[in-house]
Amino acid sequence: MTPSQPTSMQPQLRSGFRTLLYKEMLRFWRVAFQTIAAPVMTALLYLVIFAQVLQDRVKVYDTIDYTQFLIPGLMMMSMLQNAFANPSSSLIQSRITGNLVFILVTPISNLEFFGAYVLAAVMRGLAVGAAVWGVSMLFLQLPVAYPLWILVFAVLACSIMGILGLIAGLWSEKFDQLAAFQNFLIMPATFLSGVFYSIHTLPPFWQAVSHWNPIFYTIDGFRYGFFGVADSSPWLSLSVVLFVFITLTLIAMRLLETGYKLRH
Amino acid sequence: MSSFAIEFDRIHKTYTPARQKFWKRFGQAPQTGFKALQDVSLQVEHGEFFGLLGPNGAGKTSLISILAGLARATEGKASVCGYDVFSEFKHARRSLGVVPQELVYDPFFTVRETLRLQSGYYGLRHNDDWIDEILHNLGLTDKASTNMRALSGGMKRRVLVAQALVHRPPVIVLDEPTAGVDVDLRRSLWEFISRLNKQGHTILLTTHYLEEAEALCGRIAMLKQGKVIALDTTEALLARVGGAGLEEAFVQIMHAPAAEALAS
Repeated sequence: MTPSQPTSMQPQLRSGFRTLLYKEMLRFWRVAFQTIAAPVMTALLYLVIFAQVLQDRVKVYDTIDYTQFLIPGLMMMSMLQNAFANPSSSLIQSRITGNLVFILVTPISNLEFFGAYVLAAVMRGLAVGAAVWGVSMLFLQLPVAYPLWILVFAVLACSIMGILGLIAGLWSEKFDQLAAFQNFLIMPATFLSGVFYSIHTLPPFWQAVSHWNPIFYTIDGFRYGFFGVADSSPWLSLSVVLFVFITLTLIAMRLLETGYKLRH
Repeated sequence: MSSFAIEFDRIHKTYTPARQKFWKRFGQAPQTGFKALQDVSLQVEHGEFFGLLGPNGAGKTSLISILAGLARATEGKASVCGYDVFSEFKHARRSLGVVPQELVYDPFFTVRETLRLQSGYYGLRHNDDWIDEILHNLGLTDKASTNMRALSGGMKRRVLVAQALVHRPPVIVLDEPTAGVDVDLRRSLWEFISRLNKQGHTILLTTHYLEEAEALCGRIAMLKQGKVIALDTTEALLARVGGAGLEEAFVQIMHAPAAEALAS
């Protein structure tokens, strides 16, 4: 072996961001049946059952039939849940098995760490969303009114859930706590956000409650991209989603900077 | 290049309970909690083979964790090759390779993938020539394509050493690397580490096997209850007990009053 060189003579410092992102993506790609195919199957079951049962009973907008209405909601629900699952499961596994130390001892900065975990979550969310869309084409074609809105809301929604997944992964010390976060916060927020219905069909009280659920705006804005109609203005939805994204980013970065449950 | 490979300057480390940490954010932190390190100052020269000894709970791992950025000192400064571990963490961590005490690994990857990822975290791409050399020197060449899960404990330990070396760090820290390791591996590991030391690497070793420390280390610091109670050359420490062995010196120093241990 050749002797090591002093740091000044070693190759120039390059970022470890790319490798961490690659590793986080490889991690879910290696188990694609569990991370991509399974959520697509779940969405497909929802689609088949709800479309069959409610197609002629639920009226949402005048020009859109219920199955069409349902598909973007199911796509977004799958994206949200998988974007959350990616960093949260990766972080808690790495912390419990102890191998997170291999990342913490490297020169990867807090921002690079944040960026890699969140971007990998976005990639998984988008992969699942695209797969659900692809499979749904077997049933019917969706109109695409504003593709840019679709993309903006898909990316922002996955980012928000990726950041929440990162926060949950940092906070949880055991799988039980992560499951509580997922089952008592993420699941109700996604199911009660207009995936299966338009909030205009709800009683006034529940309509008001839905307007306080930020996830509602991700689904509503996303749906606007397909149909050109939604429960709220896409600009209002974008403002709320951006506000939540920035707030969660600041919280997650603060946790990383203080070394919360990572660097004692 | 800095005059010291490793420097600890008046390091204090207190592990405060989570509730107190919360109040600390509001400037109301009572400084109570477990004092793991108290006023520890040490310098390790470039190219030294330095031993850090002490009973369980003496603060050895806390000190190493501060150096590696896995823990933050409550007071004081630490540096690697002159780079502050906090304000210049990228350079400090680039200069340091840490072999952790726990046998941790990522079950998703093979040995070669693990080492490639570890290189990437340091910003090093196309590092395969060096990885091959490390694998050869650690007797891991025929295990390169084996998943980490399938390796024996001893082999996993070798991979931990390999991971610490992928970025050719000038300073290597080994935290009890031979705990639970068979005689053959222990011997080959020490031959390899000694060779690295002769080539110019600085080695900081913690171990409970005092015969190892006696054979390998040029200088030794002994910690007890978070304080340095002895710091001298191995020769001088042995001379204190008339050449009766490091174990005898260790026992005597650990049982002597603190002031006497340092002064003698």
